[in-house]
Parts: sequence; structure tokens; C-alpha cells
Amino acid sequence: MPIIEAKGLSKVFGKNSKQALKLLDEGLSKEDILQKTGSTVGVNRASFSVETGEIFVIMGLSGSGKSTLVRLINRLIEPTEGSIFIDGQDLAKMDKKELRQVRREKLGMVFQRFALFPNRTVLQNAEYGLEIQGVPKEERSKKAKEALEMVGLGGYIEQRPDQLSGGMQQRVGLARALANDPEVLLMDEAFSALDPLIRKDMQDELIDLQSNMKKTIIFITHDLDEALRIGDRIALMKDGSIVQIGTPEEILVNPANDYVEKFVEDVDRSKILNAGHIMKRPETINIDKHGPRVALERMREEGLSSILVVDSKRNLKGYVTADDASEARKKDVRDIHEILRTDIKKVEKDTAMQDIFTIINGSPIPVAVLENERLVGIIVRGAVIAALAGDSEVNIDNV
Amino acid sequence: MFNSLKEWFTEGIPIAEGTKWFVDELTDKLSFLFNPIKEHFGNFMEWMAEDVLMAIPPVVVIIVVALLAFLLSGKRLGLAAFSVVGLWLINNQGFWEQLMSTVTLVLIASLLSVIIGVPIGILMAKSKTAEAIITPVLDFMQTMPAFVYLIPAVAFFGIGMVPGVFASLIFATPPTVRFTNLGIRQVSKELVEASEAFGSTGTQKLFKVELPMAKATIMAGINQTVMLALSMVVIASMIGAPGLGREVLSALQRSNVGVGFVAGIGIVILAIIIDRFTQSMNNKGDKA
Repeated sequence: MPIIEAKGLSKVFGKNSKQALKLLDEGLSKEDILQKTGSTVGVNRASFSVETGEIFVIMGLSGSGKSTLVRLINRLIEPTEGSIFIDGQDLAKMDKKELRQVRREKLGMVFQRFALFPNRTVLQNAEYGLEIQGVPKEERSKKAKEALEMVGLGGYIEQRPDQLSGGMQQRVGLARALANDPEVLLMDEAFSALDPLIRKDMQDELIDLQSNMKKTIIFITHDLDEALRIGDRIALMKDGSIVQIGTPEEILVNPANDYVEKFVEDVDRSKILNAGHIMKRPETINIDKHGPRVALERMREEGLSSILVVDSKRNLKGYVTADDASEARKKDVRDIHEILRTDIKKVEKDTAMQDIFTIINGSPIPVAVLENERLVGIIVRGAVIAALAGDSEVNIDNV
Repeated sequence: MFNSLKEWFTEGIPIAEGTKWFVDELTDKLSFLFNPIKEHFGNFMEWMAEDVLMAIPPVVVIIVVALLAFLLSGKRLGLAAFSVVGLWLINNQGFWEQLMSTVTLVLIASLLSVIIGVPIGILMAKSKTAEAIITPVLDFMQTMPAFVYLIPAVAFFGIGMVPGVFASLIFATPPTVRFTNLGIRQVSKELVEASEAFGSTGTQKLFKVELPMAKATIMAGINQTVMLALSMVVIASMIGAPGLGREVLSALQRSNVGVGFVAGIGIVILAIIIDRFTQSMNNKGDKA
């Protein structure tokens, strides 16, 4: 069962919210609705589910409704319509007291501009969630210290937040959320205010933290690279609607529509794509069955200048060139071993494309792609360049 | 109905008569409330001014004030030195008793203003409706000439310190209300969200986040309130409130510019001391 499930979650800001929702059903755009009713559509019927222990990234540009969506999850903003289930309970139907309980026990939140209490020390900030639950002083200070140790701030507990750097302040924010030991962490652009280098460190640490503690994390960001880096799955938002939900690969490789495609076209594809994405089905001959004559015939059919040679178990033996095969036929050589060349370059199927780049450069023949020693495909130079350019037919089924 | 409308057009709407009738009714109907206040509260203030404050020798008061000034201003000598010289001068001019009456009046009026004003300010910050209703009332209270309040004050509480406190309450409370409202509304939205996201109750949010964050602004409002209460002291002397204001008033009536000047200087000295005290309390709060 998913830990969080949203069904038709909507938020319309303004007075005529019900009417605006009706117009949405009729297919009017956000702008038309604003003109007709004066209401702004924040989130339009978002449905998704988040599995326990997953990092679920909600990504979109500013104004796409992602910050509103995350606030609908803990009801900092009241939904106009729809349900949000946490462990099977509908948050939207809870009274204030039940809601408070869920916020205290199950949901932690980390904010874009840290939102630390400046009048409290680092320790007191981390204690806040426990303090309002009435946890005794000693216990809460112990738990808060543990959380601060976890984010590497054990030595700063008596400082004030404004004495710390941005990165450290956000660690306090993280510790404050972790001290409650919530099931789900909501992170609203948590790293967006940090320097690029520190942001990368924090991303790595978050991934480590997640794999150690198995927290479910819902992470909001406008940065696609960040989303691809940390997300198990990504939901892409535009104008308040979720346009596509999928793994980073699915989003990159099979954009659901033009918008997503446009969004992902600037991504450095060489970091995300691997050999499996760009390889082609290889033409081969079997070393035990076929001779130079068959090899030559095959190459002629496919218009190739060389062909790979495998055994019956598809273990790669080498390759033969068209010139060699033609020569061998003239001399009536029957054994393919005589003309077999073995100086072929090999890569594993999960080799990143940026690494393939250097291998394939300067190799006159295609690179063989292996998986468990078996030949699964070949990569020609053109495919690498095309994939980098972003206009190739890369096939997710190969993965 | 139509006739009376026509009458109003020709003879004027009877606002003055209506108000008089209303205040008379109030005085009459609420006398069970006003009379005990007049008596007990009046006695209490007189006791405080004449029996408590006057029982302490001026030297002791001056030393205590100077010490407090020294500590509050971050161990600097300026304010302490000014307090010593200023208070000594007032005593030297023979206005010590009047000073104590004025201090009592100002402190009690300010205290009540804060006790009433802060909760109203919180209410305004929490409710748009309350803000919409209270804001014009505050505007009215502050722009109406302060003398006007003296009239119902006398009707309700007779003459003396109690009507003085009443009039200065109306005149001096608005800044505390406004600044409390402003201070709470200015608390960063993200901080309020953080407090809510962790499951704070409304009370916890108010006392653990909003009020501490708004403290500096609220203190600025309280400072204004105290200064307004002090400025009301001279006006309140017209309805028999004792103190430095009464000396100014009687000097005016007798065209005695000398006495008027000395009593006026006394008020200025008191104003500066009180102002710096409340301000440094605020700064201290910032540092902590």
C-alpha cells in the first residue's frame, strides 16, 4: 500500500472556487478561468501515490503549483477538492486535532529559506517539534542532539541560526524535521537557496540518509538536474497539473508531451543515458556454423563493412571485416578462425554515455555491448552523437 | 418618520443631544460599575503615589533609577548620569511629590493600555473582520482632540486621578494595538508555516513563534503608548489629576512663566528617562 496517495487533489485560490473547478472540467485554461471568475487555479486534480521509502520528486517551474501541492499534502493549504490519504486515512476529512496529530507524528517539513526560529538556539530549533508535543526536556534534548549529530552539526548546538552558513542552517532545518522521526519528509525546494557545490553535497547526503533511514521523501524542486539526481520517481507539473510521472529515465527517454520534451532537452544527456539506451541489435555470425561465405553474404545484405562473431551461447569471439572475408573466399578458406580479428572494444550495458564517448572515439568499427559476457548490442558512432543531440530514437525497451 | 427627517434637514441632526443622552444613560446605568472603580481604584492610586512612592527617600529613588539605567543601557554612563542630574533637579525645585503623582498616573495608565491593547492587537492580527472593525475605531480614538475625552471621564469618574487614567487609556492605547497587530502580521510566513507544519496548536504558535518574533515591534508600540500617556498628564490636570501637569496648568492660569517652565522641564526630563528606558528594554530583547 502506498504511504501517501492523492486523488483528484485541487486548489483554487479565490472566491468562486467551485465554479472555477466546473470550468476546468469543461476544459478551460487557467488564464480563461482567471478572467471569468477571478480565481487562480493552484493545483488541478493532482493524483499520484508515493511508496514507502521512495524519493518522490515534484518538479516544475515557478508558478506550476508545486509548492501549493506540497502544502496540500500536510494541509498548510486547505484543498478545494479531492483527497489526500496518509496510511489510508483521508487528511482532507480530518478535524483540527487529528490533523495536528498526523503533522506531529507522520509529517516533517523542510523549507526553502530554512524557516529556523531566530530567537532559539540550534538545539532549541531541533527540539521544537518535540517541545510542542510535550516531550520532557531531557528526552527531547537527547533526540534533538541525535538528529543534529546525524546531519553533522553535533558541535553547534548552542549557536544561533544566524551564526551559521546557509548549508548549515538547512542542516538544522533537516534535523528539526528528523527529530520527530516522521514517516514522510516534505522538502520544499530545500536546497534551492544553497550554493551549487553545497547543494550537491546536500543531495548526496540526503540520498545517503534516505538509504540508511528508509524515510519516504517528497522533494519539490525546479531544477531538473536535481530531480534526476535524487528522484526515484519524478512528477512533472505545469499550470497546476501533473503532466507526467515516471522514473528519471522514462521522463528523459519518453517525454509524455512537447512540454516535457522541451523541459528535458537541456539536460546533459551524457550523464543519464547509458550504453543500453543507444545500442542497436547486432548482426552476428556463429563461429561454429558459419564460414567466410556466409559472413560476406550477411554483410552485403545489411550493407556493413564488418560483422561480429559469436558462439552458440552468444559469447563474443571477435569480428571479421568484409575485405578479409572476400580475400578468404577467393582463397577458398572455409574456417572463420583464419580471418577472425579480436581487437574489438567492449563496454558493459550500463556504461554511462560520457564514458562511451572516449572509447568509441578512434575506433573504426562499432563498439560491442556486453551483459554478463554475452553480446547484447552494438553502438555505432552516429548513435552516440545523435543521442547527445537529443533527437534520436532511443529505446527504453532496451533497458 | 418623514416628519422627523424633514425636521433634521431644517433644524440639524441632533448628534450632540444624542451623545449627551447616551453618556448620561451610561453614567446612570453603569454607576454600579463606575462608582466602585472611582472609589477603590482612586484610593489605590493615591495610596501608591502618596504612601508608597513618597515613603521612599528621593535619594534612594535616584540611586535605583540610575543603577537600572546603567544596566539597561549596556553599562554605559550617559543615561544614568542624565537620570541623576535630572531627578535631582526636579527634587531641588520642590516638585518631587508632583513627580511621584505623575509617575503613578503614567505607569498605571500605560500598564492598563498594554494589558488591554496587546490582546486586541492579537485579535486584529488573527481576524480580518476584527481588523476592519477596529482600525477605524483606533483612527477615531487618536484623532479626536484629547480634551473631548475629559468630559465623559468626569461624568463617569468625577475628578482626580481615575478620570485622568481613563482619558489617557483612550488616547494612549491605539499604538500598542496597532504595533501588536503589525508585528504579528509581519512574522515571516515560512516561520508560521514551520510552526504549523510541526503540529503546533494556535496557542503554541502564538506564544512560541509569533509573539517572540513580534516582540521588537510590540515594544516600539508600547514605547509610543507610554509617551502618549505622559503627554496626557498635562491635559488630565484640567480635571483635577495631580502632578507636574497641574503645576503647568496653574502657572498658565496665573501667567507665571517661571513656574510653568520649571514644571515643564520636569515633564521633559521624565519623558526622556521613560523613553530611553523602554527603548533599551527593547534593544536588550533583540540581543538576547
